[in-house]
Amino acid sequence: MHEFRVSVGPASFRLLSDWQKPIAQMRALYASYPEPEIPDFTVRLEAVSLLRRFLRPSGAIEGDYMLPDAAPLPVEQGLLALEMGMNLQMALGWRRHLILHASAVERDGRVLVMTGLSGSGKSTLSAMLGLDGWRFMGDEFVLIDLVSGAAVPYPRLISLKNLAIAEMQRVAPSAQFGPVMAGTPKGDIRHMVPSPEAVTRMAEPGIPALLLFPSFGYSAAVRELQLSETFVRLTQASPNYVALGEPGFTALARFVKTVPARAIDYETGAEAIAMVEQLWDTLA
Amino acid sequence: MNDRNPLYRAESPDLLIVEPLDDMTLIYHRRSGITHMVTAPVPEILEAMGQELVDIATITARLSHQFEMEADASDVIAIVDSRLADMMALGLVERASEGTA
Repeated sequence: MHEFRVSVGPASFRLLSDWQKPIAQMRALYASYPEPEIPDFTVRLEAVSLLRRFLRPSGAIEGDYMLPDAAPLPVEQGLLALEMGMNLQMALGWRRHLILHASAVERDGRVLVMTGLSGSGKSTLSAMLGLDGWRFMGDEFVLIDLVSGAAVPYPRLISLKNLAIAEMQRVAPSAQFGPVMAGTPKGDIRHMVPSPEAVTRMAEPGIPALLLFPSFGYSAAVRELQLSETFVRLTQASPNYVALGEPGFTALARFVKTVPARAIDYETGAEAIAMVEQLWDTLA
Repeated sequence: MNDRNPLYRAESPDLLIVEPLDDMTLIYHRRSGITHMVTAPVPEILEAMGQELVDIATITARLSHQFEMEADASDVIAIVDSRLADMMALGLVERASEGTA
């Protein structure tokens, strides 16, 4: 099997694949990330059958933690399969932090956390802010320290989807991009390597200072949220809240009571960034 | 045990973390690991029950003291009775059995 090891924030992975190509792609995209000696998790991309290794190759994602009904992906999407496998290990197996399914950027030691459903634009917004004076901390998971409440970076590759691909190529032409994977379960996907600063500073946490729930595709609007609504939404956005028990409750209750939250609707990236900056100035 | 005037006991405060948010209050139940989100008068009933075995009349008397309402008003008694049933279902309150009464 082909193998690659990589650390992303505090988590480390060993990636194994029956095929060389996805491993070579990961190696190129994660070239600036440290290599762990003892990985936390193993992700395997294995041929569904020996025949399928060569004939219309198709790989199943396996690892320390697995979902039994995860569908195999064509090997052209092997990179995506490995990324999904890494996300799955974190969601199902990570216990050292409260995980929020959210993106995050940092400025002056303070962190803006953005959470929402797939398509809300949280990933694209974090990538755009990362080009505009903020430090990119992650577009998929934010890790909340169970003791201090700090937000710990998890700056994996930025996963751009559909319209966001062309938009980011336009505003960040010198960034490093992975291959375009068309027709995945989430449409077209292309990964973008975070800025060098995001990687070199990935062990530096920050204090959560503002929480936003962005929604893309609606006329610009800002809405206040009740603490209880924020709490419920964040329990839904945390894959390990229940598993953590009391430390998870304590960390989430503190987060909700100390971090101001707003829902924002927006129609363009520029509009969203202006709203973010204004809310940051008044609330954070 | 008297079926007509049952006695109740609240879960030990050591096993509950109560976090008021807004109209809603979070109660983390250490025994079950479940987070409950409740509204008034659930936190107030828990507080009024203290750690003793109490009947509904005692609970409503203590609540009325706190909130200036008629302790023997039938709607207050009905509300407390209904919330106690909910809290029993959540495991936050138990009804005393013959052995403990």
